[in-house]
Amino acid sequence: MRWRSAPQREMAQVTGESMTDIKILAQDFKFYYGEHCALKGINLEIRRNQLLTIMGPSGSGKTTFLRALNRLNDLVPGTRAEGRLAIDGVDVYGRGVDVADLRRRVGMVFALPVALPMSIFDNVAYGPRKRGIRDRRKLAGIVEKALRDAILWDEVKDRLHDHAGTLSGGQQQRLSIARVLAVEPEIILLDEPTSGLDPLSTLKIEGLLWELVKSYTVVLVTHNPLQSARVGGEIAFFLMGELVERGPASDIFTHPRDKRTEDYVSGKFG
Amino acid sequence: MNLVKEEEARKIDRYIENAKKVNQHVINARVTAAFAGATALTVGLLIFIIVYILSRGFHMVTPAFLLETPRQMGRAGGIYPAIVGTILVTGIAVVIAAPVGVATAIYLTEYTRESWLPRIVRFGTENLAGIPSIIFGLFGFLFFVIYLDLGWSILSGALTLSAMILPTIVRTSEEAIKAVPNAYREISYALGSTRWQTVTGVILPTALPGIVTGVVLAIGRSIGETAAVIFTAGASLRLPESLLDPVRTLPVHFYILAREGISMDNAYGTAAVLIVLILIINIAAYSIMNRFVAKSR
Repeated sequence: MRWRSAPQREMAQVTGESMTDIKILAQDFKFYYGEHCALKGINLEIRRNQLLTIMGPSGSGKTTFLRALNRLNDLVPGTRAEGRLAIDGVDVYGRGVDVADLRRRVGMVFALPVALPMSIFDNVAYGPRKRGIRDRRKLAGIVEKALRDAILWDEVKDRLHDHAGTLSGGQQQRLSIARVLAVEPEIILLDEPTSGLDPLSTLKIEGLLWELVKSYTVVLVTHNPLQSARVGGEIAFFLMGELVERGPASDIFTHPRDKRTEDYVSGKFG
Repeated sequence: MNLVKEEEARKIDRYIENAKKVNQHVINARVTAAFAGATALTVGLLIFIIVYILSRGFHMVTPAFLLETPRQMGRAGGIYPAIVGTILVTGIAVVIAAPVGVATAIYLTEYTRESWLPRIVRFGTENLAGIPSIIFGLFGFLFFVIYLDLGWSILSGALTLSAMILPTIVRTSEEAIKAVPNAYREISYALGSTRWQTVTGVILPTALPGIVTGVVLAIGRSIGETAAVIFTAGASLRLPESLLDPVRTLPVHFYILAREGISMDNAYGTAAVLIVLILIINIAAYSIMNRFVAKSR
C-alpha cells in the first residue's frame, strides 16, 4: 500500500491490527477547530464490510469525525487532531501519509447533491482520469460499472454526454456515489446523503447502502433517527462531541442503555 | 350606535390600507422608470459616441488607409504601421500579464490561506489599479527605456502596459476563482486529486468566463492607452522590423493627428479603426471562450 511508509507498516504488523477484521479504529480521538473541541475523545471500531450509522443532532461532531477519516478537515484552517485514528492499523494523521491516496481509498458522498459542471460521463471519469487512466475503452468500462453499481445506469445510459446539471437531485446524488465508486475506494463515507432529497430518492439511496456494504466498509452520518432505524445495522449515537452509545439498531431503539439515547430516538430533542 | 362607529372605523382602515398599497405601486413604478432611464442613458451615450466617431471617420477607412504607411506626418497615406504597432504592443503585454496575473490569482486563492500575504497583495493591486497610466508611463520610461536600455520600443511599451494591466487581471481572476462553489473543490479533493489537479480539473474551467472577462477588459485598457505608451514605445511612423524598434500605436497616432491639427479626417479614421479593432477582439475572445465552455459541458 503506497500511502504507508515502511515504519508504519512495521508498526501495523507489531500491533497486529491489520490481521484483525477492524477497518477503522479510533482511540481517544480528539479534534479541535482552533480552541473549540469538536470531538472529545472518541473510541470506536468499525469492521470491514460493516455498515455503521453515526446518528446525532447538529453540532454533535459526527461530520467532523467523517471528515477526519479522509482528512478533508485539512481544508479548514486552524484545525488539530489528537489521539489515534487508524485505517487498517495505519494512523490517518501519521507522518508520511499520502493524503491524496488516503482520500482515494476513503470515498465521500456529501450532503448536497452536486454535479461537477461537466457531462455525466466526465463526472464519473473525473477521479480515474486524475489517477492517470486515459484509455477510452477502459474509462468507459469503469464509468459503466460505477453507474450500474450506483443504480443509475439505466436512467442515463443514453445521455452520458449530457451536462450532469440536467439530472434530478436524486439522480445527482447517485451520480455522486458513482463518482466515488469509480476510484475503487475501500471505505465509503456518506454525510447526510439524503438531506436534500424527496422520500422516494431517499429510499433508493438507503437501499443502495446494503448493496455497497457487500464490497465496501460504509459509514453513514444522519441526524434523523428514523433514517437510522430504516437503514438498520450498527448505530453509533454522537452527542456534543462524545460517543454516547453504540450497538445494533434493534438495541438502540428498543432498550437503549443511556437516557440521552432514549430521549433522542423518542424525539424528545434533536 | 356602536355598530355604526365600528363600521366607519373599518372603512377608514380599509381606505388607509388602500392608500398605502397605491403609494407602494407608485413608488415601484417610479423606481422602475428611473432604473430604465439610467440604462437608456448609458446605452444611448455609448451608441452616440460610437455612431458619431464612425460617421466622422468611417468614410476614411479604405483598403489603402489600412495598408499604406503614413506620408507627410500622417496628413496623407494610411495607418498600417500604427495598426501593427498596436496589435504587437497590446498582444505582447497581454501574453506577459495574463499568465502571471492568473497564476498570482490562483496562488492567492488556492495555495495560501486567508492571511497577511493575500491581504497585502490585494491591497497593493488595488492601489496599483488606481494609479494614473501616465505614472506607469514615467516608470516605464525610467526603468525599461533608460535603465534597462530597451529604448523607445515595442518591448518597452508592452512591458509597461503589462505592469499596468496586471492588477486588473489579478483582481478579476481572483474574484472569478473565489466564485467557484466550494463544493467542487471538496468533491475534487475527496476523490484524491492533488491541488494542481483540482485547479486544472474544476477551478479553472469553472472560473474561465470570469477570467476571460478580466483579460478582455485589460486588452481594452491597453489597446486604448496613450499616456503610458507615448513615453515608452515612442511615436515612430515607420513600420517596425524588430521588437526593439519604436512604434506609434493607434491612440497615440490619433492624439498627435488631432492635437497638432495635422488631419482631423485621418484622426477620426484612426479612431474608427480602433473602435472596430476593439469590437473584433472582444467578439473573438468571447466566442473562443463559449466554444471552450460548450466543449466542457
